Amino acid sequence: MLQANFLLLAAVLFCIGVYGVIARRNAVMVLMSIELILNSVNLNFIAFALMNQNIDGHVFALFVIAIAAAEVGVGLAMVLLIYRNRKSIALDELSEMKG
Amino acid sequence: MMLAADGINVAQNIGFGIIAAVMIFSALCVVSTKNVVHAALWLVMVLAGVAAQYILAAAEFVAVSQVMVYIGAVMVLFLFGIMLTRAQIGSEEGLNNSTWALGIPVGVVLFGLLAWVVLDFTDDNVIAEPAGPAPTQAIADQVLSPYLIPFFGMTFVLLAAAVGAIVLARKD
Repeated sequence: MLQANFLLLAAVLFCIGVYGVIARRNAVMVLMSIELILNSVNLNFIAFALMNQNIDGHVFALFVIAIAAAEVGVGLAMVLLIYRNRKSIALDELSEMKG
Repeated sequence: MMLAADGINVAQNIGFGIIAAVMIFSALCVVSTKNVVHAALWLVMVLAGVAAQYILAAAEFVAVSQVMVYIGAVMVLFLFGIMLTRAQIGSEEGLNNSTWALGIPVGVVLFGLLAWVVLDFTDDNVIAEPAGPAPTQAIADQVLSPYLIPFFGMTFVLLAAAVGAIVLARKD
């Protein structure tokens, strides 16, 4: 398999995730786009592990999966808190911390 | 660029291409659909595709972790999040920012840059055929000896995240 295949697929997923983070207004959908970005990074870790015949990339991918699970838990808790206080999770309406 | 049939495993490449096409289509649906629940279900397709790519890359332990943690646990969290924030059933207007069109040039330019770097860096390098699935014991040896301190750190991060999520979401 060509090295470029894996890395280009990861780049496509990364850019779609970046677009989602920029374009979406709903906080849950922004979190989903962040998951896309994290998965593209994981794909790169596995590809480099295969290229270098080294198992370290697998370990880092497992760390990223665990941290992503924690991130989703905290992120959704914050989204629920915001929803309870404001009855909306539209990110462009959150201006309370604006100076 | 080298042709797909030049001295590389064609079957593996065709499998890779099909899965990659499904993943890219699903990812585009995740960021463009007007229905929040559908976005979550398209995300399941992307995550399953990533797991399939891991299996092609001989990383079967990571693939199983991907299925259990992401498709099993994270997606349930997402669906809970969608339900608890009372998303509309059916399609919904106003899921995008007013400046959403700005994201398209950003994404395209970013991809152009990344593709240029990747193609410049890898040339026509071919990945060696994986000799077989990576042994799970080797991963365990790595996690429990050189990466023991980061592993402990991660356990504390997970504990802090779980406690923090409960404190944040609790009704007082």
